[in-house]
Amino acid sequence: MDGDCSAVNKRRRPDSRFFSKKPELRTLLLWLAPLLFLLLFYFLPMGSILELSLSRGDTAALQDVIQTLFSDSIRDIVAFTFGQALLSTFLTLVIGLPGAYLFARFRFRGKSILRALMGIPFVLPTLVVAAAFNALLGPRGWVNLGLMQTFNLAAPPIAFNNTLAAILLAHIFYNTTIVLRTVGDYWSSLDPRLPQAARMLGANPVQAFSRITLPLLSPAIAAAALLVFLFDFTSFGVILLLGGPQYVTLEVEIYLQTVGYLNLPLAAALSLLQLACTLALTILYTRLSGKIQQPVERKSAEITQRVPRGKQRIFTALILIILVSLLLSPLAALAVRSVTRLDPERRQQSGFEKGITLDYYRALEENPRQSLFYVPPVQAVRNSLSYAVLTVLFTLALGLPASWALAYDHGSRLNRLLDPLLMLPIGTSAVTLGLGFIITLDQPPLDLRTSAILIPLAHTLVAFPFVVRSLTPSLRSIQPRLREAASMLGASPWKVFLRIDAPLIGRAVLVAAAFAFAISMGEFGATALIARPEFPTIPIVIYRFLAQPGGMNYGQAMALSTILMVTTGGGILAIEKLRFEEIGSF
Amino acid sequence: MEASDPPGKELVLILEFEVERSIVNGLILNNIHKSFGEKQALAGVSFTIQHSEIFALLGPSGCGKSTLLSIIAGLVEPDKGEVFWKGTNLEGVPAYQRRFGLMFQDLALFPHLSVEKNIAFGLQMDGWKSPDVEKRVLEMLDLVNLSSERIRDVSTLSGGEKQRIALARTLAPMPELLMLDEPLGATDRTLRETLLLDLRRILEKLDQTVLYVTHDQEEAFAIADRVVILDAGKVMQTGTPRDVYQKPASTFVARFLGLNNLFKAEPLPEKAAMKTVLGEIPFRGGLDKPATVLLRPDAVQPGAGGPVTLDGELTACSFRGSICRSTIYIDGLTFTFDFPINTELPEPGSRMPISFDPDNALQVFYEK
Repeated sequence: MDGDCSAVNKRRRPDSRFFSKKPELRTLLLWLAPLLFLLLFYFLPMGSILELSLSRGDTAALQDVIQTLFSDSIRDIVAFTFGQALLSTFLTLVIGLPGAYLFARFRFRGKSILRALMGIPFVLPTLVVAAAFNALLGPRGWVNLGLMQTFNLAAPPIAFNNTLAAILLAHIFYNTTIVLRTVGDYWSSLDPRLPQAARMLGANPVQAFSRITLPLLSPAIAAAALLVFLFDFTSFGVILLLGGPQYVTLEVEIYLQTVGYLNLPLAAALSLLQLACTLALTILYTRLSGKIQQPVERKSAEITQRVPRGKQRIFTALILIILVSLLLSPLAALAVRSVTRLDPERRQQSGFEKGITLDYYRALEENPRQSLFYVPPVQAVRNSLSYAVLTVLFTLALGLPASWALAYDHGSRLNRLLDPLLMLPIGTSAVTLGLGFIITLDQPPLDLRTSAILIPLAHTLVAFPFVVRSLTPSLRSIQPRLREAASMLGASPWKVFLRIDAPLIGRAVLVAAAFAFAISMGEFGATALIARPEFPTIPIVIYRFLAQPGGMNYGQAMALSTILMVTTGGGILAIEKLRFEEIGSF
Repeated sequence: MEASDPPGKELVLILEFEVERSIVNGLILNNIHKSFGEKQALAGVSFTIQHSEIFALLGPSGCGKSTLLSIIAGLVEPDKGEVFWKGTNLEGVPAYQRRFGLMFQDLALFPHLSVEKNIAFGLQMDGWKSPDVEKRVLEMLDLVNLSSERIRDVSTLSGGEKQRIALARTLAPMPELLMLDEPLGATDRTLRETLLLDLRRILEKLDQTVLYVTHDQEEAFAIADRVVILDAGKVMQTGTPRDVYQKPASTFVARFLGLNNLFKAEPLPEKAAMKTVLGEIPFRGGLDKPATVLLRPDAVQPGAGGPVTLDGELTACSFRGSICRSTIYIDGLTFTFDFPINTELPEPGSRMPISFDPDNALQVFYEK
């Protein structure tokens, strides 16, 4: 028996005590890398941008800024920013929740491909979205062209550009997939017997939904709504390109003040105002989610999903028609436009051929003016893909420990402090972020300004909060008993993570990776400021094409947008495939 | 140590403890304390489990059983006190290195793994080679009579099957100490009886040191060699089921074991008797001070004839297999007695005499 005693002694390791005894210390260790990253690439740039802009102005200028900040025009901008974000979020939920239900509870043919296709709007750069809506509803869009031809009209009957409806529609288009995924995934693992039990206890369908399903779903709905709201709140490209000059949000005003009027003090003050709003929202959300989040037993899709029958088939068809026409028709319009010639080329006033063409795609590989600095768009595709892969790796490496800390040591003081800080990068204007990078990271020891790594770092900063937000609820919903059981069976903390947490959150990790990939592929605001001319990304090149006149440039922009749409769609499809197999192994 | 202790007592205690530590080949708990915020869950718990003993930890819910179990398992650190296993202090040894098995009340089967993979988990953690793992898994499935369910998805198992798979998973890596937390907790009565028999058969076969946690005294008595009764974070009594049942150490233990025939008694000076609501009862040696007295339900005969005879009203009689549990109303108090099943009893509502030998049937508890 003495042998056994010494075996116990030998197995004792001092480091293991950190994990069993000091939860605060463990939390700190897990937070170390994410915190260092945020410190270097978020707080440092933001700090220096504020310092630069505020200290440069003298007291009189500062007073001027403060006066402007409290003026009627800024108040109107704030009101409009909140108003359009609230309305957009509400409409997105109205469209998205029935869709989430459909994807969570029913099996139907083509579901996984549809699900993947609906993720595409989220990853598209705002420029492409604007172009897509233009291709569908603009003055020379398919709908107006069709109506004009049918009824022999002289002018386009639908005025779409520069309306509030355009902004709202684009926001719904962008963010419905967040609701479909965040709520849908959570819903699909909820036990359908719970509302059934309520029905057995005498609840009608509405009561069963409002008393059982809705409260159980509320963490996911709250998370999705918060993300959607933050996106709409900080919306930039959509407002600028589709809303026209009369609609200005805070983000647009920051951009205008920075780039247009070079009024850095006011831009910085507005950034602060925007930050305060997003931080307040985030704190509210953290409080709320702490209260409503509880471990829910996850059920596999085999149990929770069924084939629609009878009336359910009508519901399925109806929801699918709405989703497809809303989310996919602009994309289809874009893709068709990329292979259709409508306008004559420059210097080719007559005799051009209308119809199907692949010229726009062929032109992407060419260097028409033999310019030394011209980068073929194909290279941009390669750049974008490498940046996206790096971003996925970075965000997972930083996001996993952070969400692990948040999930394990629920309610620790450190977590309550750090959780809201995570959301700050989302609430920060992309333009401001890019500017901060340029100002801060151009001197030793962090002279990264000329380095291509700067782009994936910026993308990681933008994607990191999403990854943490989508991983944490999933980690939290694992019954703590399972970890204890594994621990009792001899699994070290690392093995517990590897064998219990990792397989159970596999789905969530893939969703998070998909988001990170998509964000990196589509990010425009920050990239526009920091990208080196020799390392452009796809959105940058699309922007260059759109900025130049002519049918050929417009066509190439459409072609490249279509390529971006297909590559990100392909990435998401691959993840869907993995997901499918992973569920199969349950 | 209290201030009034004579000098040297501490040393004697330490020596005694060291002697015990060197002798005991199982688990020793020494003065375990644990609080959660203001609430004290454990207030100085000490007991010893011998090697290959089946030991039951018995107590009402909220008595600190689960906390104590987590401390032994290494999932929770005590505020004060030590856990020794085979003479070694386990302080700082994390759960996964203790080689203790714990079967959780809610079972905690891994939902993403099959039956087979659940059982294999601990073996893989222990670094077993895969042919050995396979062999052991089959052995375990055979032990719990579920060989046919090897590749089932755990979510499709019935309650009893889940329980047996959880047991197999816990036993597979040959834990040095097997801990079972309310293993029959949520099952229905028939299933309980079957599972209890199964469990006993399996545990006897294995010659395993077992800590069995339950709130059900019948379950504990049926399975354990010795029991400890815990209340409000303190040990109330330790002993074999027979000792504990026959000589409960306090009115709490008596009540907890279902011995509810308790009443107040006063000493009668210069007399070998006590004064109670039932009148004057002769008692060898009398009482030293006011006390609570237990009238054992199994030491009372129906009808007159014993040294003490009382008259009461039979209010109910419920059939319990070989005995009939009778409720009798005597002088404003309700008593419960167990009569053999062949006893002729009058109709409920009628009066009947009962009699007992006070020196055998009465047990005295002095207030502390």
